[in-house]
Amino acid sequence: MDITDFYDTFFEEAEELLADMERHLLELDVASPDPEQLNAIFRAAHSIKGGAGTFGFDVLQKTTHLFENILDNARKGELTLRRDIVDTFLETKDMLSDQLNAYRSGEAPDQEAFERICATLQTLALEELAQGGEGGAAEAPAPQPPADAAPPAAAAREPDADADGEGCLRVALLGVGEANRRVLVEELAQLGEVRSQGGDQARYEVLLETTASADDIEAVMCFIIEPEEIEVAPAADAASAGPAAPAETGKREPEPTPAETPPPAAPPAPPAGGGGGGAADTPSGKASPRPSPKPKGESTSIRVSVEKVDQIINLVGELIITQSMLDQTVSELEGANDGALLNGMSLLQRNARDLQESVMSIRMIPMDFVFSRFPRVVRETSAKLGKEIELVTEGASTELDKSLTERIIDPLTHLVRNSLDHGIELPEEREAAGKPRAGRLTLSARHQGGNIIIEVIDDGAGLDRERLLAKARESGLSVSDAMSDDEVWQLIFAPGFSTAKAVTDVSGRGVGMDVVKRNIQGMGGHVQIMSRPGQGTTIRIVLPLTLAILDGMSIRVGDEVFILPISTVLESLQPARENLYAMAGDDRVLKVRDEYLPVVAVHEALDVEGARTEITETIAVIVQGEGRRYALLVDDLVGQQQVVVKNLETNYRKVPGVSAATILGDGSVALILDIAGLHRLSQKKREARYLRRTATDSQPLHSLKEVITDEQH
Amino acid sequence: MSSTDSNAALSATDAHNQEFLVFSLGDEEYAIDILKVQEIRGYENVTRIANAPDFIKGVTNLRGVIVPIVDLRIKFHLERVEYGGQTVVIVVNVADRVVGIVVDGVSDVMTLTPEQIKPAPEFGVTLSSDFLSGLGSLEDRMLVLVDIDKLLTSDEMALVEKAGA
Repeated sequence: MDITDFYDTFFEEAEELLADMERHLLELDVASPDPEQLNAIFRAAHSIKGGAGTFGFDVLQKTTHLFENILDNARKGELTLRRDIVDTFLETKDMLSDQLNAYRSGEAPDQEAFERICATLQTLALEELAQGGEGGAAEAPAPQPPADAAPPAAAAREPDADADGEGCLRVALLGVGEANRRVLVEELAQLGEVRSQGGDQARYEVLLETTASADDIEAVMCFIIEPEEIEVAPAADAASAGPAAPAETGKREPEPTPAETPPPAAPPAPPAGGGGGGAADTPSGKASPRPSPKPKGESTSIRVSVEKVDQIINLVGELIITQSMLDQTVSELEGANDGALLNGMSLLQRNARDLQESVMSIRMIPMDFVFSRFPRVVRETSAKLGKEIELVTEGASTELDKSLTERIIDPLTHLVRNSLDHGIELPEEREAAGKPRAGRLTLSARHQGGNIIIEVIDDGAGLDRERLLAKARESGLSVSDAMSDDEVWQLIFAPGFSTAKAVTDVSGRGVGMDVVKRNIQGMGGHVQIMSRPGQGTTIRIVLPLTLAILDGMSIRVGDEVFILPISTVLESLQPARENLYAMAGDDRVLKVRDEYLPVVAVHEALDVEGARTEITETIAVIVQGEGRRYALLVDDLVGQQQVVVKNLETNYRKVPGVSAATILGDGSVALILDIAGLHRLSQKKREARYLRRTATDSQPLHSLKEVITDEQH
Repeated sequence: MSSTDSNAALSATDAHNQEFLVFSLGDEEYAIDILKVQEIRGYENVTRIANAPDFIKGVTNLRGVIVPIVDLRIKFHLERVEYGGQTVVIVVNVADRVVGIVVDGVSDVMTLTPEQIKPAPEFGVTLSSDFLSGLGSLEDRMLVLVDIDKLLTSDEMALVEKAGA
C-alpha cells in the first residue's frame, strides 16, 4: 500500500482539526482561558504536525511546530494571552489551512507567507516570553539555555545549541510487537541513519543518527503506536563518540530547509535538544502526558460522497413513481377490492413515502454549519469598526439542504457585515440613545412550511427612510414620498445603491446588496426587510428547504405537459381581445391592470403542434422572471404538484427556455420552463420569421440545400 | 472503461479479439463496441425537446436519470423511420454521459478478430469515416463498425455542449 493512499485521510482529519481549533480559539476567554480549551488547541496543532511529518509536508510541519511550541507555553501559563495574540493564532490557523489546501491540490505552499507567519510566531514567542521573564536573559538566541528554560526557549534556539544533542537519539520501544517494530524501525531509517539496534520486546532500543528532533520522531511514531510505548532521549555520549559528521549535519541542516527561513525562525527546535543531562529528562517527561494524536472516541457519522446520496434519492424517486404506477394498475383491476392486496398497497405507499422523507433528510445539514463561521466574522468586523457586538444564534439545529447551505454563506456574510457596519451604532451613540453599549446581532433560523426562514436581526438604528429616498433620487431611481416603507427598504437592493456616509473597509461600496438579492433569488428564495427607527432592522431570507424539489404548476400546451415553478406564477386569466395590442407587427402585449406585458406563446417558442392558436381560447399565465413580468399563453392549467428537479445537462445540454426536467407520476419526463429564457427564445423565433419573410431569396437557397443532402444519401 | 482504452485496443496491432453489438438500420448492419453498451430497452415515453435537431428525439426517464434519445436512422438519412414494437433503444455510455440511440433492431453479439476488421474507406458523406473504426467482414456480411464515442460527442450531433460555446 502506498503512503499517498493515506493523504486524503490526513487532509480530511487535518481540516476537521483546524475547524476545531478555530472554534476553540474563538470561544477562548482571553482573561481566564480554559485549560481544557488550550489543551484542545494544542492537541490539534500537535496532531497536524505529526501527520505532516509523516507525509513529508515540510512547510506545514514547521509551521505547526512553531505554533505548537507557543501554544504549549500558553497552556502552561508561561504566555499570557491577549486578544491580539489570539488574532495571531487565528491568522496562523488560516495559514495552516492554506498550506493544507496547497498540499491537497499538489502545489507548493506559499513560501513567502510561510516565512512571514514563522517570523510572526517567532517574534511573538520572543517578546512574550521575555516580558513574562520566563527565560530571562537567556531568552535571546543564546547558545546555552538553562535546562529549566528549555521549553520556552525552544523556538529561539540557535542551531549550534542542538547540534550534538540532536545528532543521535536513543529511541526505545516498550512492549512493541515484532511486526510493528519492523515498521517503526523502517520509519526511523527514513528519518535518519540507524546506527545500532537491539533488545527484546519489552525494551527495544534503536540508536538513530538524525537531524529530526525527538518530538518529531515521537509524533511520527504515535501514528503507529501509543505514546506510552515510546521513549526518545538524546544519546549525547554516542554523538560525541561518533564521527564529526552528525554534528556537522546538525549544524548545516537543523531542519531540511534552513536557508529558506529567516534566521530567527530557522531552528524550530523542540525542547528535546538540550545538550546536558538535565535536559535529557525533558523529552521523556513530556512524552507521557502528551495526548495521542489519534482521533479520540468512535465517530458517530460517516463520510459519503454526495453522488452516492443523490443516487439513492434518484432510486427512491423511481420507487415512488413505480409505486404510483402500480397503484393505478391495481385500482383498474378486476376484483380490486381484495382486502389483502389493498392493505399491501397502502403499506407500500406509506413505506415508500417514509423512505423518501428519510432519504431526503440525508442531504439536510444543520444551519450550525453556516452559523459557526460567524463568530469570527463578527469578531473581526467589530474590531475593525470599533464596535462592541454580542452575537446570538438561534435555531442552529434547523436543517437545510447541503447545496443551499453552501450557497447561503456568502449572502449571509454580506448581510451580517452590513448590519454590523450600518445597522449597529458606535458604543457612544448607543449609550446616548439609552441602549446598552454592546449591540446585539441575532442570527436565527427556523422552518415554516416548506421553507426555511433565516433572519439577521440587529438592534441598531434602523433604516433611515428619508436618507434612502434622498439617496435614491440622487442615483436617478424613480421614487416618490408616497412609497410604502416596504418599497423603500427594498431600495437598498438596487444596484449601486449605498447609504453609507463613507465607504469603509467593511461595506458601503454599493456592490453587494443587489448581488445578495440575486443570489437568494437564484436559490428560489426572496428577501424581506423589517425596520423600525431606533430599534433595529431585521432582514429575513425565505428559502425553499431544498433545490431538489420544486413546487410546480403543470400546464398543458397541445399534447405536451410543462412545469412552471410556482414561485414565478402570479396569476392566470383568460385574455380578452380588447386587452391585446400589437406592436410593430408581430410583437404583442397584453394589458393587465394598467400594465402592458409582453406576450409569450409557449407553443410558438417551443414549436408545439396542435396547440390552441386563437389567443382568446388560451389561458394567460402571468409570470415573473428575472424581475420582469410576462403573459405566458398556454392551453390549460393541469394542476399543482411537487416535482423532483432533474438536471438536463448531466447527459444532454442546456436547452433554451428550459431550466431543468422532472419526472411525472406516469414515468414520463416533463420540462421545467425558464421564463426569461422562453421570452428570449420567442423573440429570436420572431426575428427569424421576420428575416425569412423579408429576405425572400433565402428560401430557394434553403430548399436547394435540402436537395443536395437528399442526393448525398 | 474509458474511450481511449477501446481506441487504443482497436489501433494496436496486437489487439485481441473484440466483441461488438450488432444492430440494424434499415438493411444495413452496424456494430458498436459492446463495452459501451449499458442496456437495451424499448422505445417509449420520449419527451420532445423543442428547437433541437430532428435526429434528437427528446429525453426519456431511465430510472430517474434524464437521458437524451438520438435516432440514428434520421441522422443517417434512412428512408423508412418507423416506431414500432421492434424499435429498440441501445443505451450507451460515452464520455461520462448516458445516451440512448434508436435503431431498427439488435441482432447479435459478434466477436471479431483483428484480421476481420478492415480499415474504413475514405468515403462517407453522411457518415464521415472519422466516426468509423473500420468495417467488419464476416463471410457474406459486412458490419459497419461505428466509433460511438466520436460520433456522439461530435459537433454535428449537438449532444454535448462545447466548452466556451
